[in-house]
Amino acid sequence: MSLHIKNGLVVDVTASTTQQADLFLADGKIAGMGSAPAGFKAEQTIDASERWIMPGLIDCQARLRDPGEPEKANIESETEAAIKNGITTLCVPPDTQPPIDNSATVELIHHRNEMFGHQAHIYPIGAITRGLGGEQLSNMASLRDNGCIAFSNARHKFASNLVQRRAMDYAAGQQSLVIIQPLDQDLLGNGCAHEGAIATRLGLPAIPEAAETAALAKDIELVAQTGARTHFGQLSCARSVDMIRRAKAKGLPITADCAIHQLFLTDHDIGNFDSNMLTIPPLRSQYDRDALREGVADGTIDCLCSDHQPHEVDAKLKPFPSAEAGISGLDTLLPLALRLIEEGVLPLADLIARLTLNPATIMGLPGGRIGIGEIADLIIVDPEPHWICNATDFISKGKNTAFAGWDFRGRVTHTLVDGRVAYQA
Amino acid sequence: MSGNNIQLDDNGKLRHFLSIEGLNQEILNEILDTAESFTSVTDRTIKKVPILRGKTVANLFFEASTRTRSTFELAAQRLSADILSLNVDTSATLKGESLLDTLQNLEAMQIDMFVIRHQDSGSAYFFAQHVRPGVSVLNAGDGQHEHPTQAMLDMYTIRHYKQDFSGLRVAIVGDILHSRVARSQIHALNLFNTAEIRVIAPRTLLPVDTESLGVTVYEDLEKGLDGVDVIIMLRLQRERMRGALLPSEKEYFRKFGLSQERLQRAKPDAIVMHPGPANRGVEIESSVMDGAQSVILQQVSFGISVRMAVMSMIVGQSGLQSGVDA
Repeated sequence: MSLHIKNGLVVDVTASTTQQADLFLADGKIAGMGSAPAGFKAEQTIDASERWIMPGLIDCQARLRDPGEPEKANIESETEAAIKNGITTLCVPPDTQPPIDNSATVELIHHRNEMFGHQAHIYPIGAITRGLGGEQLSNMASLRDNGCIAFSNARHKFASNLVQRRAMDYAAGQQSLVIIQPLDQDLLGNGCAHEGAIATRLGLPAIPEAAETAALAKDIELVAQTGARTHFGQLSCARSVDMIRRAKAKGLPITADCAIHQLFLTDHDIGNFDSNMLTIPPLRSQYDRDALREGVADGTIDCLCSDHQPHEVDAKLKPFPSAEAGISGLDTLLPLALRLIEEGVLPLADLIARLTLNPATIMGLPGGRIGIGEIADLIIVDPEPHWICNATDFISKGKNTAFAGWDFRGRVTHTLVDGRVAYQA
Repeated sequence: MSGNNIQLDDNGKLRHFLSIEGLNQEILNEILDTAESFTSVTDRTIKKVPILRGKTVANLFFEASTRTRSTFELAAQRLSADILSLNVDTSATLKGESLLDTLQNLEAMQIDMFVIRHQDSGSAYFFAQHVRPGVSVLNAGDGQHEHPTQAMLDMYTIRHYKQDFSGLRVAIVGDILHSRVARSQIHALNLFNTAEIRVIAPRTLLPVDTESLGVTVYEDLEKGLDGVDVIIMLRLQRERMRGALLPSEKEYFRKFGLSQERLQRAKPDAIVMHPGPANRGVEIESSVMDGAQSVILQQVSFGISVRMAVMSMIVGQSGLQSGVDA
């Protein structure tokens, strides 16, 4: 299959620029830019005039609920949602059922993805302890050899700091990336909303900042101790951004992401107990939101992710504290990101780097950039059309959006995975 | 706040009674005035009026309660309603039935009004958002959010003894953090333009940013009681000791218990209130509870009239009438 994409505006995430250039794809790779390679003959041509061509998005944290929770979502439904929304790579955390703590589960995920036509790439993140139990190390070397790109205990706690330290040591010993979502379970308690005036008024059990920052401080110290290359996921607090900034300045091998919804929503959006606004970590204050935006702009926060958590209707059809946490995010990752440009947070190429180049580099994945010889995971985006976000239009099986009624601009017209057109609007 | 209007119909009349927040002084006054008109009913030999005749009220208590539940039952009976009382904590939900299934099964029995207590903050709004048109929800306590009828009977008590709120200093003492009663009281006192609302508690029992509710915070009981007209004591639940929120009941009483001696700090004609059930010797000394300034038992009897008032106001509106037509 060879393909010629002509007249498009190529978003160059490595040079932070955009430039008009034709792309020539062959054998799943980018074979030429600007001019066709010798002897190139296009079997298909796409006219991308007045559209952006970008690397396919790499979502570094998306739960597909597969295996284990088919009532919420599955690999077939979620990879379809991914490609229709410009996401060509999904990194899945290990808290599936059963957890990704053995090679059979890794193989099952890959097998199921092939079964449904390998619409998007899926990279499992392995459980760093067996059963995510926090007590015994998982077989990390075997898991890595079977395709786990990193290791994490997801939202489960370690039995002790000693176990965490050893887990990080062991991962560091095999040059594996550790992913931590900093969260002190005791300080989290039964909390369901940011500790502030809103939770006070609504009488909602509160989650203090320290549930994140106290854990993060300890985790950073363990990075200093072990030297384990560590990625911190789904940060929510202004103080966390500060701590990451300082740790990076000290030269620690640390990177970070935040869920894109944290850049738009605050605890005010809970309104009258809207359970679609229930997330862990919680939606925090305007101050935190602004600090996260600054962190994204100055590169302290390397990546943006969907933190996709699809749910069945019943999971949210409960009073706020009893509802399940999380937002279905695949359908809104790119549209929200594009809003950051309009709102002046950062320019197009830098923004897209946080959704492509940076996660690819941190997780050690192919793709994430446009260049000769690179894998042809590309998306074409029409920046113009306005549309209203409507949960019933979601491709994801999870309709639990926090953005119903939002006015978005820009739509994916083509998604290419390994050089083939996986989706065309 | 958007969405608060779910409590009111298009004419601004009460359709559900979920929280004091989102209501206005006019409605609160109407509740108190209506309650006053019902006190004569409760004093009669035959204590019934036919306002809710033919209506069915379901008491749906997901949390244990004696006082609130029985005053709601009495209030409904005195308004001539049929009443169905269910303790749901031990029945259907434990068998896995969802909250909405429980609600809808009861709706199928042509219930006109639900009186609901549930352990989740926001549950009253949740039920109100999901009942059929014409069915009303009355919040009898949702988690740590609000307990609006309790607050209204407290307002009734204050008005009864003090007439006007505008010159009053009111102190609320105790576990503000976990108290739905305190939240409702604070909103109501603010709507009545109370001169000063003080909350007095150890820091572990205060939510963050308590001042944002429109109160002054004291962490010293004696200073906080200085010159107040009304003292509202809150119940201290024993499990607070286990959660490391407090060292011991004994120390709590030493620092925050209302004794005769401390009562002297308040105005000589100050009244002492408690939503009940009280822990004698923990938050309040027996001699104060049974003393001349205590109006705790009066609160209970006012509770019936206030709940009759709220129920009748809801019935008087389009809500239930359209429910009959439907």
